[in-house]
Amino acid sequence: MSVDPRMTDPVSTDAPRTPATGRRIGGIPVTIGGVGAVVFSLAALFVVWRFGGGSVRFEIRETRDPSVAFDWGFVWAYTPDFLRALWVLIQATVGGFALAIVIGLVLALLRRAPVKLLSMPTAFFIEFVRSTPLLVQLFFLFFGLPRIGWIPESLRVWSSLATLIIALGFHYGAYCSEAYRAGIDSVPKGQWEAATALNLGTLATWAQVVLPQAIPNVLPALGNFLIASFKDAPLGASINVTCVLFFADTTASRTFASVELYTMLGLGFLAVSLPAAFLLRRLERRIGYERT
Amino acid sequence: MSAPEPTTGDTGTTPAVRMRGIDKAWGDNVVLRDLDLDVAPGERVVIIGPSGSGKTTILRVAMTLERPDDGTVEINGRHLYHEEKNGKLKPASEKHIRSVRSDVGMVFQHFNLFPHMSAVENIALAPVKVQGRDPEQARQQALELLEMVGLEKHANHTPGQLSGGQKQRVAIARSLATDPKVMLFDEVTSALDPELVGDVLEVLRDIAEDGKTTMMLVTHEMGFAREVADRLVMFDHGRVLEEGPPAQVLSDPKEQRTKDFLRAVLAH
Ligand SMILES: Nc1ncnc2c1ncn2[C@@H]1O[C@H](COP(=O)(O)OP(=O)(O)O)[C@@H](O)[C@H]1O
Ligand SMILES: [Mg+2]
Repeated sequence: MSVDPRMTDPVSTDAPRTPATGRRIGGIPVTIGGVGAVVFSLAALFVVWRFGGGSVRFEIRETRDPSVAFDWGFVWAYTPDFLRALWVLIQATVGGFALAIVIGLVLALLRRAPVKLLSMPTAFFIEFVRSTPLLVQLFFLFFGLPRIGWIPESLRVWSSLATLIIALGFHYGAYCSEAYRAGIDSVPKGQWEAATALNLGTLATWAQVVLPQAIPNVLPALGNFLIASFKDAPLGASINVTCVLFFADTTASRTFASVELYTMLGLGFLAVSLPAAFLLRRLERRIGYERT
Repeated sequence: MSAPEPTTGDTGTTPAVRMRGIDKAWGDNVVLRDLDLDVAPGERVVIIGPSGSGKTTILRVAMTLERPDDGTVEINGRHLYHEEKNGKLKPASEKHIRSVRSDVGMVFQHFNLFPHMSAVENIALAPVKVQGRDPEQARQQALELLEMVGLEKHANHTPGQLSGGQKQRVAIARSLATDPKVMLFDEVTSALDPELVGDVLEVLRDIAEDGKTTMMLVTHEMGFAREVADRLVMFDHGRVLEEGPPAQVLSDPKEQRTKDFLRAVLAH
């Protein structure tokens, strides 16, 4: 077994440490962190739902200067619109992913349910959602669902942004549930058996033994899904979510500044994705530990 | 034949472990057949036998890690898998199982320490979470246990930073922390490098000498068995083939299969 150099420092025995805590992130036990993340997700979802801006209108304020290869002035002039569109995209991502974290949890629990009547349809639903394109799901929710007459109207007619959030929530929720399952399965059987031999109760077994080992295994996948959902969110443009792609499309069709607009788009994604990926890698490293 | 007699010669005291008619099979593979076994309080029983004869399974049954297909297990006179209702034995509730199980502890071949906790946290976990002890007190007691197994300097090391022998000593300390009356040891030195076996056996000897813990040990260390065991039980095909004081079974086995087994083990 190779030994991680960070782990071999001599540790003084008299350093006061509270016993019986799991791995910590910034002083917070990982289990509490996990539960906190779910609560935070629900709160974020609520905030986006309640206070998130609806659609944004984009005006034509300036046209492209045809004498230059790349018109920086144009980029500058449209930056405020672009940022508003980016904000819509971030709302959709945060809302959608917050929903996904919670839906994933529910799906994972249903799938683990000892009752076949619950676990089988759930497994099928997860497979179904994972094997159909997000765009199709989006179209179904936006164009198909409102036509299903027997469903109460409040449950089938959604705004563009709400539809995108729901679609992202279910799509990535299915992926998240699989990540949770893999994370839980990654905890060796011997750990459960040791918990039984120590006579730990169900709650303590999950909170002290299983989740602190499963969550660090799940986080990298969740982080990747978060970034992936951010990159998928512009699909919302196809159902008129006024996100960056919608802005670029509509503005390009009226000003023909495609190069400038799509360059802005690319830079915008880079500006968000790169720091996010960097932060995620750091988080992963912090909660990793030497396995036996 | 009459009804199965307790296999120990003790008189009247309630056995620490009493197994009756235990059956366990996986598909066609019958692992335990109609097994009876009694262990007296404070007794040290070493179980030997060929690989696959059901030694691990019998310990796992006593630890509730494997539910027997049939039969009863009593720990200090209380049924482990059953509850008595109106004079009848009914399958026990999880609550009942937990309550009886608190008398039993187990040490595994592969340690099964919690990798995300330090040695002292591993040991203090059950006292705090199961017995509701004060965390600081539990920590002090954990440090004492670590001292007993000679690892007080490694209190804040995680399992990843310990050698196999050290891990196993922490695992033993961990299972002792809640003071179970019956301790099960499943080949606790088999996964260790030969030079690390001695330290672990030393700890087991200390526990044995203390005399208050009932011990069931599966091991291939015959010298150790002869030294600490009150009784040696030879398993074969899920049954007790023969048993007796270790000196007698080791030097004058009655059964041919025991002779063959001992010859194979001692040759190696
Ligand atoms: N979970 C299981 N599923 C199927 N077979 C098992 C399982 N556990 C043990 N066995 C079988 O039970 C038999 C006895 O195993 P075990 O009690 O581990 O023997 P021993 O410890 O004496 O070597 C073996 O044939 C093994 O394959
Ligand atoms: Mg075995």
